[in-house]
Amino acid sequence: MGIVTPGFQGRARSADDKLPPGQYLVEDFPVLSAGPAPRVRLENWRFTVTTETGQKHEWTWADLKTLPSETPTVDIHCVTRWSKFGTSWRGVSLDTLLADVDTAADYVMAESHGGYTTNLPLEDLLDGQAWIAYEFEGEDLPAEHGGPARLLVPHLYFWKSAKWVKGLRLMLDDDLGFWEAAGYHSYGDPWREQRYQGD
Amino acid sequence: MVQGKLAWRVGRLAEVRDETPTARTLVLDVPGWPGHLAGQHVDVRLTAEDGYSTTRTYSIAAPADGERVEITVQRVPGGEVSPFLTEVFAPGDPVELRGPVGGWFVWRPASRDPVLLVAGGAGIVPLMAMVRARRQAGSRTPFKLLYSVRTPEDVYYAGELRRPEAGLDVTFVYSRKGPADWPGEPHRIGVADVNNAGWPAEFAPQCFVCGPTGFVEAVANILVALGHAPRRVKTERFGPSGS
Repeated sequence: MGIVTPGFQGRARSADDKLPPGQYLVEDFPVLSAGPAPRVRLENWRFTVTTETGQKHEWTWADLKTLPSETPTVDIHCVTRWSKFGTSWRGVSLDTLLADVDTAADYVMAESHGGYTTNLPLEDLLDGQAWIAYEFEGEDLPAEHGGPARLLVPHLYFWKSAKWVKGLRLMLDDDLGFWEAAGYHSYGDPWREQRYQGD
Repeated sequence: MVQGKLAWRVGRLAEVRDETPTARTLVLDVPGWPGHLAGQHVDVRLTAEDGYSTTRTYSIAAPADGERVEITVQRVPGGEVSPFLTEVFAPGDPVELRGPVGGWFVWRPASRDPVLLVAGGAGIVPLMAMVRARRQAGSRTPFKLLYSVRTPEDVYYAGELRRPEAGLDVTFVYSRKGPADWPGEPHRIGVADVNNAGWPAEFAPQCFVCGPTGFVEAVANILVALGHAPRRVKTERFGPSGS
């Protein structure tokens, strides 16, 4: 238990077991990003998976839209302490996109238009845990929330769900992405409250 | 860059300064504080008698100064933490802190690029740390600050910002009610404000934008439309939902 600050009472204690430690629930959908939202034209949009040997797998917007889509409804948790329950998305499972990719890599660097990157273990993108999402609540994903398409990895803090995603680079060894190099946790499990390096 | 675990430290409130009727600056003494850069944050953890605790992140309002950490807290009606920090928390009381946090939205005094700061409301706090860091370092790097605020009564650090300072241009935009001598109608910040108060894109300034989400989106898009390279526009949201 921490040091008691005299006079502090706080709110009624919530026993909501859907809320990870240190989070509070919001109804709106706050925006967090490090710079202006890139504007990506659909005719130029590509999603590229590059393996550790340099082999590339590429999808155009039309390619993506012809792949089978899924409609996950998930809770999301931002490291800035808001959580939002029951968000609904449409997108293509990474299991589908990575099905024909031959790799020995254990790690992935997700790369975005605008230069943002974030690192993840490959296994966290597989087995129904991650999508390339292009609709939010039944509408096209707005640019400020990462449209036309973003990575969606809801079991990790939401900075791992890279907005404006343009590709995945498969890596044999882990590396640090944008926020991770600035001191945020390399993995980012909200249930273990892995906010900063060393947590 | 690998950092050790960020440790919680016990700080004590040293003094308070009321900035507006609803915003208070808290000056904390934090033994062991490692220092910070202008623009970084600190996590503040409050614990109640029964062990319940909750944490909020605040931008630091002043550059590193030994073991002193200053934050400015806007009182949010019905909030869990801000009414306590602005009305109850008293000099001498302890609180836990850890930081500094965040290494992107920062200004380093060694930088020579001109700087544009654009603040919306409470978003002035980390930008004020940059203004003060420039002064503390004796930097001659030219700064422009464009500060959008509802009314003159809502201006944080008013006396300090209205005092002339070489190399720092301050422009206010009032969104609800301006002072009697202010030429213009109250309005939300727009292209003309950013164009007139900022630097030409050819000067390649570093731009820092902080405020509520809609404000930040609008200003960032204006800067890009005016020709500023997106990577030179750093943004940070500031709002009651912690975004």
